[in-house]
Amino acid sequence: MNQAMDKAKPTAVALEDATVAFRLADARVYTAVERARLAVAHGEFVAIVGPTGCGKSTLLNVAAGLLKPAAGAVTIFDQPLAGLNRDAGYLFQADALFPWKTAIDNVAIGLEIKGTPRQKALEQAQAWLTSVGLGAFANRYPHMLSGGQRKRVGLAQVLIRDPKILLMDEPFGPLDAQTRQVMGNLLLELWTADRKAVLFVTHDLEEAIALADRVVIMSAGPSSRIIGDWRVELPRPRDIFEVRLDKQFHELHREIWGVLKEEVMKGYAQSTQAGGTN
Amino acid sequence: MSRAALLLCQVLVAVVVLALWQVFTTVPLFGRILLPPFFFSNPIDVFSQIINWFASGVIWKHLAITLWESILAFVIGSALGILVGFWFARQPRVAAVFDPYVKMTNALPRVVLAPIFALWFGLGIWSKVALGVTLVFFIVFFNVYQGVKEVSTTVLDNGRMLGMSERQLMRHVYWPSALSWMFSSLHTSVGFAVVGAVVGEYLGAAAGLGYLIQQAEGVFDVAGVFAGMFVLSAFVILIDMAVTVVERRLLVWRPAAAREA
Repeated sequence: MNQAMDKAKPTAVALEDATVAFRLADARVYTAVERARLAVAHGEFVAIVGPTGCGKSTLLNVAAGLLKPAAGAVTIFDQPLAGLNRDAGYLFQADALFPWKTAIDNVAIGLEIKGTPRQKALEQAQAWLTSVGLGAFANRYPHMLSGGQRKRVGLAQVLIRDPKILLMDEPFGPLDAQTRQVMGNLLLELWTADRKAVLFVTHDLEEAIALADRVVIMSAGPSSRIIGDWRVELPRPRDIFEVRLDKQFHELHREIWGVLKEEVMKGYAQSTQAGGTN
Repeated sequence: MSRAALLLCQVLVAVVVLALWQVFTTVPLFGRILLPPFFFSNPIDVFSQIINWFASGVIWKHLAITLWESILAFVIGSALGILVGFWFARQPRVAAVFDPYVKMTNALPRVVLAPIFALWFGLGIWSKVALGVTLVFFIVFFNVYQGVKEVSTTVLDNGRMLGMSERQLMRHVYWPSALSWMFSSLHTSVGFAVVGAVVGEYLGAAAGLGYLIQQAEGVFDVAGVFAGMFVLSAFVILIDMAVTVVERRLLVWRPAAAREA
């Protein structure tokens, strides 16, 4: 790919001084995120890391169009975002599958609502289930699947629509450490196939460095800001198990952790304080 | 306790109760009969009455009438409950306006409506159906309302992000959620449909199990009253078993623990 084309490559998601505020029950205004500036290029994998309650998910919801910023602008492929972000697929932290649909129906639904004939949608859904390693579980209901399997179905459900942007809100948060790594590798494998723009929220710095092209750090809330932006130059394709042993990985981790640690302690102090006054 | 032992104990309870009933009503103890047969009849008379009903075939007509009334009450009550439940859940303003009246009507013991319904709909099946509908409606209504209100916001957001329109959300998210709540109260609502039918018959009718009991009572035929009660119990148990089968089919997607709760 030559330089000119690279320049022409559009920005998939751009937040320009986006501020998000909520009105609390007692009419005070709580500013969750303040003047966030962030651009994700087409095909770029960006991870957002920050202490608990710093508004990472809020930022993601803004990019998804589920939340409207109080000030600032959101543009998707250089178009201002109005309403829901139709170019984005969203993988939620909590269980978001339809419990009354089988795994295959959960995956097929994304195509069916676009008007794809059911038979064709089911065929494609089966193919996607196979590629996330659940080909044999098509007729299981979500409650019959493990947490990791449900996440795989969720991934297939989002990817079958072939969104240009992938938004992920601590998608592997509820899983155990080994399953998370397996899921991370699966995600990288699927992502490498067609390089969507990814905005990946996590509280796990190691996960962020292992997966992403860029790691963005947010300060402790309220009024969190983006306080750091690191490029991860580790070569691809990566293996999450291997990459953690890399010297470059350790240097980057130490560098970012130096900044993040302070925010984590601040966030922790605030949460205990809040607990004391409540 | 093993299944066989449990069953044995359950049968034993019935045998002991029936035996005591028979003894106390027929054999003089300490010089007198403890339970006067005029008020308590006795098991043998009761069962011969039941056998008589089935042998002569008179019972079938009454059973069919009660069953038909129950089905109509259930279907009409459920349809209205679903409709209004959805409407109120999606239109909070309408729900707020009607809230006190819904509470008022629900608090009213429905039996007092029976005379009114008899006046409005006559002594045929429709006054019983109406009574059953007022009972079934509220159960289904509250459950559907809750089901629509309590849809997980994550599942809803997921539907939206997958590109569902409001109508598609209705069909793929709200509707199944509301139905699952309705189905989980199926036993109660079907039970109330039968209660409505029988109580309505008891208060004024020309056929049905409630009518049968009321007629027997009118001529102090205690054996007939008990016989009617036993037939009614068996009838309700059979319906309940049918509901369990239907429920299993409809709620396969639910974890077993939640289904039993």
